Amino acid sequence: MLKLEDVHARYGAIVALRGVSIEIREGELVALLGANGAGKSTLLSTIAGVLRPHRGKIEFRGESLVGLVPEAIVRRGLAMVPENREIFPALTVGENLRLGAYIRKDREEYLADLERMFALFPILQERFDQRAGTLSGGEQQQLAIARALMSHPDLLMLDEPSLGLAPKILEQVFALIEQLHESGVTILLVEQNVALSLAIADRAYVLNMGAVQASGTPEELRQHVDMASVYLGATA
Amino acid sequence: MVNLGALVQFVVDVLSLGSLYALMALGLVIVYGILRLVNFAYGELIMVAGYALFLLSPTPLPWLVMGLLAVLVSVTTSYLTERVAFRPVRERSLTAMLITSFAVGTMLQNAATLFISPRARVVPLPEVFTQYVTIAERIVPLRNLIAIGVSVVLLGLFALLLRYSILGIALRAAADKFVMTRMLGVPANLVIGTAFAISGLLAGTAALFWFGRTGSVTPEIGLWPLLVAFVSTVIGGMRSLLGAVVGGYVLALIQMVFSYFLPPGLLEFRVTFVFTLVILILLFRPEGLIRGR
Repeated sequence: MLKLEDVHARYGAIVALRGVSIEIREGELVALLGANGAGKSTLLSTIAGVLRPHRGKIEFRGESLVGLVPEAIVRRGLAMVPENREIFPALTVGENLRLGAYIRKDREEYLADLERMFALFPILQERFDQRAGTLSGGEQQQLAIARALMSHPDLLMLDEPSLGLAPKILEQVFALIEQLHESGVTILLVEQNVALSLAIADRAYVLNMGAVQASGTPEELRQHVDMASVYLGATA
Repeated sequence: MVNLGALVQFVVDVLSLGSLYALMALGLVIVYGILRLVNFAYGELIMVAGYALFLLSPTPLPWLVMGLLAVLVSVTTSYLTERVAFRPVRERSLTAMLITSFAVGTMLQNAATLFISPRARVVPLPEVFTQYVTIAERIVPLRNLIAIGVSVVLLGLFALLLRYSILGIALRAAADKFVMTRMLGVPANLVIGTAFAISGLLAGTAALFWFGRTGSVTPEIGLWPLLVAFVSTVIGGMRSLLGAVVGGYVLALIQMVFSYFLPPGLLEFRVTFVFTLVILILLFRPEGLIRGR
């Protein structure tokens, strides 16, 4: 479904990606693991069109995404839940969701989607007219995911959904990601929380210094890769 | 005891001048909010409306139509400067856009000097702008009341647009997190183009009342409105649309207090007093009165 081949990208003067090749197939939940600064977020920004790769191919359903602006990429069916959630705190929960559905023009479908989100995230119905900034961290994460789902993505990209969440909320969020996956959404999950990610992923890539260091199923990775290096970003 | 008539006159003066300043400040901050660009060509949007009125004055059109056309000229100029000048350098850097805005402003001024005249030209005004009404035994210019009314209606419509339309929600979102807004599918060009068009609409409308006060237009007329708009947004808080409106009224209040109460010998220095007070406000509230998000 999504295929990256030899993608190189810079973040300012820093070379952040040095030839990354990954693939995500329809219906999969793929985890992208690695330490801070390994290039995980840069990779997602590059796929989403925020950064432009200076080399390499990015193809989604056989069509190139390179050179497309972010607003065009979401129309191709890729939705992003960025690091730190990036909800709009001054807007209400409802307005955040409404913007999530910006590319969808059918009002009936929009209302149906809203009901679907309320079923998945009851708290969002409760807080519908409240400013999003008043939500707790876990609730904001739910809003960010719901906002992305409102666009009916074929592929959902989640950047560090565990960031800043209390352990109990964390489990809820991961249970939700698993639930979304089971309902058929293809997911690319970027995480530092290796254990939780491997528990729900079909496959995973380990990124280190801007390159893929290892890949495989969770079992393979647990057997063959020193997990401490994933956390610490060691070059071993 | 406070004289009721004097109070009415003072309040009308502050509100009419403040409405004008609020419109101008809002027009500047709507673009700043999204691009972080202080558009130094903003004053020229006022200027072009003045020349539009001047050029239309020989025509038999009713003044209201001339006024609407002048506003349209401001809107078009604002939108076109975005398309032609700002869009090509947008991806480069903020500095490039800032320099571009100086260039656009200078070119528009030079065009006015070259094709019309470096000297002042008379701007046609409607009959009602020279009429007066009597409130509490005081003579109040009708144009001041019209300025207040038009501004309140325009600000109200603008608030409704921002609050309830999808474009308005997108504008507010983009002013906070532009990249995220784009990642949801809101086109950058739509948001920025709309912001510039609204900026022109507010500047053009303010221009009608600005020229209602000055009566003539020169190529350099944009400098003072730009300064007023900029200072108002700085007082009110650059990150908040409400702040720009509040800042406009506060600046008008300060200016009117000095105009009313300074001894005649000091009146010619009232601008100095105004800006000294502005500096004092900023010393205590460096982010402006309204902190925004």
